Amino acid sequence: MFDATELNQKNERVEKLFRAGFGLMTVMLIIPVLIILTTLVVKGGSVVNFDFLFQSPTNGMTAGGIFPALLGTVWLVLVALLISVPLGVAAAVYLSEYAPENWFTRVINLAIINLAGVPSIVHALFGVGAFVLFFGFGTSILAASLTLAIMTLPLIIVATRESLQAVPYAFREACWNMGATRWQTIRRVVLPNAISGILTGVILEVSRTSGETAPIMFTGAAFFLPLLPQSVFDQTMALSLHLFVVSTQVPDMPEAVPYGVALVLICLVLLMNSLSIALRVYLRGRKKW
Amino acid sequence: MSEARAQASRVGQRNRDWYIDKAVEIIVFIGGISAIIFIVGIFVFITKEGLGFLADTFDFKEFFFSPNWRPTSEANPTYGILALMAGTASVTGLAMLVAIPFSLGAAIYVAEFATGKTREALKVLVELLAAIPSVVWGFIGLSIMNPLIIDLFNVPIGLTVLNAGIILGLMAAPIMTSIAEDALKAVPDRYREAAEAMGATRWQVIFKVVLPAAKNGLLGAVLLGVGRGFGETMAVLMATGHAINIPTSVFDSVRALTATIAAELGETANGSDHYQALFTIGIFLFIITFLINLSADLIVRGVRKG
Amino acid sequence: MSADPKLEIRDLSIRYGDHVALEGVSLDVRENEIFGIIGPANAGKTSFLKSLNRMDMFNPAMKVGGEIRFNGEETRNWANVYELRRRIGVVFPLPVGLPMTVYDNVALAPRLAGVKNKAELDATVQRCLERAALWDEVKDRLDSLGSLLSGGQQQRLTIARALSQDPELLMLDEFSIAVDPVTTMRIEDVLKELKEEVTIILVTNLVQQARRLADRTAFFLEGQCVEIGDTEDFFTGEVADPRTRDYVEGRFG
Repeated sequence: MFDATELNQKNERVEKLFRAGFGLMTVMLIIPVLIILTTLVVKGGSVVNFDFLFQSPTNGMTAGGIFPALLGTVWLVLVALLISVPLGVAAAVYLSEYAPENWFTRVINLAIINLAGVPSIVHALFGVGAFVLFFGFGTSILAASLTLAIMTLPLIIVATRESLQAVPYAFREACWNMGATRWQTIRRVVLPNAISGILTGVILEVSRTSGETAPIMFTGAAFFLPLLPQSVFDQTMALSLHLFVVSTQVPDMPEAVPYGVALVLICLVLLMNSLSIALRVYLRGRKKW
Repeated sequence: MSEARAQASRVGQRNRDWYIDKAVEIIVFIGGISAIIFIVGIFVFITKEGLGFLADTFDFKEFFFSPNWRPTSEANPTYGILALMAGTASVTGLAMLVAIPFSLGAAIYVAEFATGKTREALKVLVELLAAIPSVVWGFIGLSIMNPLIIDLFNVPIGLTVLNAGIILGLMAAPIMTSIAEDALKAVPDRYREAAEAMGATRWQVIFKVVLPAAKNGLLGAVLLGVGRGFGETMAVLMATGHAINIPTSVFDSVRALTATIAAELGETANGSDHYQALFTIGIFLFIITFLINLSADLIVRGVRKG
Repeated sequence: MSADPKLEIRDLSIRYGDHVALEGVSLDVRENEIFGIIGPANAGKTSFLKSLNRMDMFNPAMKVGGEIRFNGEETRNWANVYELRRRIGVVFPLPVGLPMTVYDNVALAPRLAGVKNKAELDATVQRCLERAALWDEVKDRLDSLGSLLSGGQQQRLTIARALSQDPELLMLDEFSIAVDPVTTMRIEDVLKELKEEVTIILVTNLVQQARRLADRTAFFLEGQCVEIGDTEDFFTGEVADPRTRDYVEGRFG
C-alpha cells in the first residue's frame, strides 16, 4: 500500500517532468520567432510610414519608398489567383464530385502531392523554360504569375476539396433525386455551401504567393524598374524580391530599410494568414445543418 | 395526364442542361489532370533546357564526384556538384537535428497534453510560423543571426552551416509539427484507453503505445521536412555565405544546390553550357524531391491502411 | 384509369459487387394506386426504389439487370435521365432539408426545370407546402433555413419538395421513421388525397401503415419479392406464402 503510493508519486513527478519538457520544446519553437518579430518591429518600424508605402525608391534604392514593389506583388498575386483559382477549383470539383476510385485518380493525387513538394527554384526553372522561352511571354508578370499559380495550385485544390467534402452526401442525393444534373447539384447546393471554405484557401494562397521569391526571380520580377508595369507583359518589382535586393545587392544601404521591407512583407503575409484562420474559426462555429 | 406530356417524343431528347452538364464534366476533368500535366511539364521543360549539357559536356564522374564547380572558367570550366551537395546535405542535416526533436516534442505536447484553448492557440501559432516567407528567414539569417554567431562564437563570419541550419530548422519545424501532430491524433483513443486501463502512466502510454503506433506518420513528417530543407532556396542562398566548400565544421561557409541556381541563372547566357548545367542541377533536384515525396506519401498511407 | 400499368418491372436484379441485393423481381404498379412494399431490413426495398429512377448512375458499384418500363418505355432508353427523374419524386427515410431557405427548397425543382416567373414560383411553393401540411407552420418564415427546421417539419418539407417536381410517380421510403405519430397521420391523410393525381409507391416498415394506405402490397424478403396481392388479402390471411403471414402477424422482422 505504502509502496504503491510512493510509486504513484514518483510517476506523477515523472509525468510532470515530461509535460514540462514537451511544453518547453513547444515554447522554444515559438520564442525565437517572437524575438525575430520584435527585432523586425524595433529596427524596421521607424521607417515604415505612409511615404515608405506609397513612394518610389530613390538614390539607388537607399531612400524613398517601396511602392513599385508593393504594387508589383499585388499584380503578381492577382494574376496568379486568376489562373490558379479556376483551375484549382475545377480540379477539386473533379476529384471530389466526379473522380472514380481507381488508379488514375491516385496518380492525380500523387501528382498534386509532388507538385507541392517540387523545390521553388525548380518551379522557377520550369517557368523560364516553359513560359519565358517556349511560350514566348518573356520575363513578364504573366510568366511569373503562371509559375506562381502552378506552384500554389496544390494549396487551392486541397482546401477546396476539403470544403466540398464537408457538404453532406445526402444533400447531393436529394438534389439528384429531383432530377438535377451533377452540375446543377454542384452549382446550387455544393458550391454555395463550400464557398467560404474555398475562400479560406484562396486567402491562404494570397499569403503564400506574396512571399515567394525564387519562382519570380527569373520569370518576371526585376531588381529595379524606373516605371510601373502597364500590362501583364511587362516586368515588375516585387516585395519579396525587393527584400532580397536591398539586403544583399545594394551597397551603403541604411540598416533600417531592409528591416522595414521585411516588416511590411511579414505583416502582409501574417495578416492574410490570420484572416484565413479567423474565417475558418468563424465558419466552424456557424451551424447550417 | 402522362400522355399530355408527350413522353414518347422526349425520351430520346437531350436538353441544354444535359449538354452543360457534359461540358462541365469535361472542363473539371481537364482541371483534374492539370496536376499531372504540370508535373510532366516541369520534367519535360527543365530536361529540354538541360539536354544539350547532358548530351555533350556532362560527365557523370565529374558531375557527381568533383568538388570543383567552376562554370565560368575561361580555360577549363568544370561542373562538379559534390561540394554543392555537401553544402545542401550539411545544412539540411543540421536543420533536421534542430527540427526533429523540437517538432516532435511540440507535436507530442499539442496532441497529448494541451487541451482546449491552449491547444487551439498553439495550433494557430504553428500555422502562422509556417507562413513566414523564406526570403524573410534568409534576411533574418543575414541580419540577425550573422552578427549573433560572430559575437557568440568569436568567429570571423556568421554566414555558415550553423546559421543556415538553424534557420532552416526553424522553417521546417512548424510543418513537421503539424504533420506529426496529425499522425499522433490518428492513433485511435482506444489504444490509449487500453494501455491506461492496464495501469500505464501517461508518458508510458506515449512512449510505449502512441509513438510506436504513429511511427510511420512521424517518419513521413521527417521526410517531408527533409524534402523541404533540400528544396529551400532563398534562406540558404542568404544565410550560408555562398562559398563552394566541403564543410569540416558548422562554422564553415557553404553553398547549396538550390542557391547555386538562384545565384547564377541570371548571369548566364541562354543555351550556354553553364546555363544548361544549372538546369541539369534542377533535374537532379526534381528527381530527388520526387523520390522523397513519393516515399513520404507511401509511408504515410501505409499507416492509414494498417 | 388507364389499362396500361404505370410501371412494369420484369426480372429485376440489383447487385453491389458480389452482394445480391435483389433478384428476379417482376411486378406492375398501376396508375393512381398506392403500391405498398413491406419487409424486414435488408430485403432490398431501398435498392428497389433507387433502381427505378436510375440512381445507380451515381454508384458505380450498383449493377441493375432486367427491365423497368415507365409509361411503357424502358427507363434506360431515356437519353436525358434527369428528365426521367424529374417525373419521379422521392422521399427518404431521414428528412433532408437542403441548407437553403424553405422557399428555395421548394422552388428548387421548378427552377431547375427553367421556371423563372416569380408569381408562378410563389404559387408552386404555396401549393406544395399546403399539400404537405406544412404551409401554416412556415408561411411566416419562408426565408429561414430549411436544414434547421425540426425533424417532422423537414420531412414534410421533403415531401413538398418532391411534389414541386409535379411528379407522376411518388416514392416514399419509410418516411415515418424520423417523424412523430401526429405528423405521420397528417402525412398519411395527404397521401390519400394525392393518390387521385399521382401514383405512389410506399415502402414501409410499419405493416399497419401499409394496411391503412396501400391498395396493393408486395412483400420483400432477403432480396426476393415473395408475394404481391391486394392489401386486404394480406391481412385476412389469404396469402399464398406462409412467410408473408408470419411477417404480417409480427412473428419476425
